[in-house]
Amino acid sequence: MNYEAVIGLEVHVQVRTKSKMFSRTAAGYGLPANTLTDPVVLALPGALPVMNRAALDQVVKAGLLLGCEIAAVCKWDRKNYFYPDSPKNYQISQYDQPICAGGSVEIELPGAARNVMGEHKRIPLTRIHLEEDVGKLSHDAGGSVIDFNRAGTPLMEIVSEPALRSADEAFAFLTALKAVMIYGGISDCDMEKGQLRCDANISIRPAGEAKLGTKVELKNLNSISFVRDGIAHEIRRQLAVAERGGTIVQETRDYDGQTGASQSLRSKEMAHDYRYFPDPDLMPVRVDEAWKARLRAECPELPFDRQRRFLERYQVPYTITSVLVPDRELGDYFEEVAQLSGEPHLAGNWIINTCLQFLNDGQLAGVPDLRTKIPPARAADFIRKRAAGAITSAAAAGVSSAMLTGTASTDEIIKAQGLDARADAGELEQWCRDAIAGNPKALADFKSGKESAINGFKGPVMKAAKGKADPRQVDETLRRLLAQA
Amino acid sequence: MKPAGSPALFHQTVAALAAQLEARQLSAVELMRAVIARTEAVEERVQAFNSHDAADALAQAAASDARRAAGQARGPLDGIPVGLKDVIAVEGQPLTASSRMLANFVSPYDGTAARKLKAAGAVCWGRLNLDEFAMGSSTENSAFRTTRNPWDLERVPGGSSGGSAAAVAAGEAIVSFGSDTGGSIRQPAALCGIVGMKPTYGLVSRYGLIAFASSLDQIGPFARTVEDAAIALGAVAGHDPLDSTSVPVEVPDYRAELAKRRGPWKLGIPKEYFGAGLDPEVGAAVEAAIGHYRKLGCQVREISLPHTKYAVGAYYIIATAECSSNLSRYDGIRYGHRAAGAKDVVDLYFQSRAEGFGAEVKRRIILGTYVLSSGYYDAYYLRAQKVRTLIRRDFLEAYKEVDAILTPTSPTPAFKRGEKAADPLAMYLSDTYTIGVNLAGLPGLSLPCGFTRDGLPIGLQIIGQPFAEAELLAIAQAYERDHDWVGRHPEL
Repeated sequence: MNYEAVIGLEVHVQVRTKSKMFSRTAAGYGLPANTLTDPVVLALPGALPVMNRAALDQVVKAGLLLGCEIAAVCKWDRKNYFYPDSPKNYQISQYDQPICAGGSVEIELPGAARNVMGEHKRIPLTRIHLEEDVGKLSHDAGGSVIDFNRAGTPLMEIVSEPALRSADEAFAFLTALKAVMIYGGISDCDMEKGQLRCDANISIRPAGEAKLGTKVELKNLNSISFVRDGIAHEIRRQLAVAERGGTIVQETRDYDGQTGASQSLRSKEMAHDYRYFPDPDLMPVRVDEAWKARLRAECPELPFDRQRRFLERYQVPYTITSVLVPDRELGDYFEEVAQLSGEPHLAGNWIINTCLQFLNDGQLAGVPDLRTKIPPARAADFIRKRAAGAITSAAAAGVSSAMLTGTASTDEIIKAQGLDARADAGELEQWCRDAIAGNPKALADFKSGKESAINGFKGPVMKAAKGKADPRQVDETLRRLLAQA
Repeated sequence: MKPAGSPALFHQTVAALAAQLEARQLSAVELMRAVIARTEAVEERVQAFNSHDAADALAQAAASDARRAAGQARGPLDGIPVGLKDVIAVEGQPLTASSRMLANFVSPYDGTAARKLKAAGAVCWGRLNLDEFAMGSSTENSAFRTTRNPWDLERVPGGSSGGSAAAVAAGEAIVSFGSDTGGSIRQPAALCGIVGMKPTYGLVSRYGLIAFASSLDQIGPFARTVEDAAIALGAVAGHDPLDSTSVPVEVPDYRAELAKRRGPWKLGIPKEYFGAGLDPEVGAAVEAAIGHYRKLGCQVREISLPHTKYAVGAYYIIATAECSSNLSRYDGIRYGHRAAGAKDVVDLYFQSRAEGFGAEVKRRIILGTYVLSSGYYDAYYLRAQKVRTLIRRDFLEAYKEVDAILTPTSPTPAFKRGEKAADPLAMYLSDTYTIGVNLAGLPGLSLPCGFTRDGLPIGLQIIGQPFAEAELLAIAQAYERDHDWVGRHPEL
């Protein structure tokens, strides 16, 4: 029998705010244990929560970016359960009135090749709600210890419809969601810091069947690759059960990304009764049109929209946009340089080759550093001169390095590096003659009609010219001499 | 009973003591010494305090005297010994809720009430006993001691703020603060013959008040006179950004307002509050008080609060539901009682909570857990909330015709120790007249309106409109002015 997989994701995203969800204490990561605490975070007797409006702003913004319907009122509920990492033994969350409903995430599936854009589709969302994170419980030989630094950090739960059909789609969903969150400044989504966490609900059913199969919840998928691997593993496990005529049991399983195996945590019979009820400590907060309008004005263009616009408006290839678009700041930089120079293709190539090299090898600390050291106007000046042939490709790297380390103008660098001292025609002709003489095979090829054989002469000429030759002039001279040869 | 005259320092009012402090006829240290001496003399019999720190109180009093000497006195409460129910967090002081669970807990922070009282110069004096986690009406549910009624040591002081009421009645504090979830200030005030006030929900910050039922709890004062209650309330009232349920309203100078509001008022008498279960002596005293208002020219009319009969039921669903969740934090993990020898974390929860909580607290946690459980929520909690809305509507409807409502505070005077301890339902019914006020979020005040033949105090409850505390206090003072109940003190 042919089966299809049905996957829904529950993604927890830590919302970037200065302070915690319900107290004034700072939210942060990597600090000594239990330093980001106060009476509210530790749930001391008498402490009360007060909502952080900045966190609500962030989730409303996320909802607007993902096309969700924003509730008119933000209402808080208590989710009651005992666990040592939960200081109050209830979590303040949103039960029956999530702040965002509906919406979707646009995903891109892998293309046929790296340089080919894959299929796009929209994965509908069920809801997004806001809640508070818990502390971190760890165990060692001495016993169990709890760090409450994370407790109370604003946390968004994004629930997808069971509309994903493969591990690859789940991977694409998380990649796209992460990009939107980063674009919106909503979260840094650093999975290593636990800023993005994912649980998956997975079931299989005979292809074409409308009814959903029994679902298994997969937990602790703590990297995007583990999400893909864990889901693929779970689908295989369920298929194997189905194929030997077994029954899939509703349960929660824990996936270990290191070993690639999963084990059952609990079955449905042990499901919690969370006894949700409206939190009497928190008044519902009205989210009016003016509030939404203010946040809508802050919403950036979405990554895939930007990609489509770059492709169309600047006519740059997918290989460039697919590198530029995931990083909002890099995309911004590209767009400015492209517009100022009028040479988007050259600008894009320069950024993804030269600038990314500087970023990768540590000569630049990040895109803001790039922007400071090589402001777009200066980069555009460089790109224009490249396009005009004033800077050859052989000379480009040297000029780029000089721009990075100094503040001289492109013209000054050209002068300083002697690039303006153009070879005279006689000199150029001699280099060309030498090159033709030095490569009889290429000469023969060219004569027999192989047009590209001309490139075999250009290398030696450019090398001899040490950047002083204009490629167009070289091309013309070679063609003239070859015609005579 | 002593006649009114020039009472001992510890029986005087804030207003009188503040005048003496202001005139330098008295120092805060002298006053504190008098209160400490009184406490030492009677506390063994009254048992109002869970703990007190005389040296610390004297240091606070000395600081008050120094301020005054420097011309920096902070108003009428500066240097006045103020007792606090042991659910109100004061930095560095024990905070036990009269529970084994918190027997050794010391608050590392000031709640808003404590912060404001300190800012007013009050001496935070002692931790006053209560029914564990404010659950009870007799202060017999304390894990540590049973507070006695100063008017009859065989009787209860009421509850849950029994220690706060008894301390003021016995001269162990000049004023005190308690918390009122279903009558926990007004009922003990009535039973101990003093003034007690529950403000409108949202007037006083709950930040730093150990929660029993969040949507019902309010901090309020116990005082010997209406004027003292006005002074004390003014010190703690006002919007607090640390409590989302605190309401941003203008807080008037309640004491100054007293003189400006002279009535006559239109007063409502709810027929549902004068039925079966009302002690005849209490009924007669309340009727007499109503008669007095008539004499003052007030229009008195019968009104109806038709959903009153559902109040106790709705209350015990809402309050227990909220408490079952509020008390989850007491788990033996971060602070508080932790059972020894637990096998695992679940066992640790079970044992710590089994050992840490008393029977009434457990009963309410179980009730509350039940009513919130999947499948029961709609039938209990949701329905109780609807009843609550109807009860509030009853009151607001009545306020279209009357300025305030008069009722007995408690159906009976102070009952004997142990009399209702074994019968939770009878105990719950002692809050019949006070619970509606909490459900509706209204301000309510109890003031003395006489004594039974056995010499037990009787309380008149006056229920005001939302945030109309100034009017409510003025109405109460209009009665108080013409009676000498204030001058009576229990013989101890």
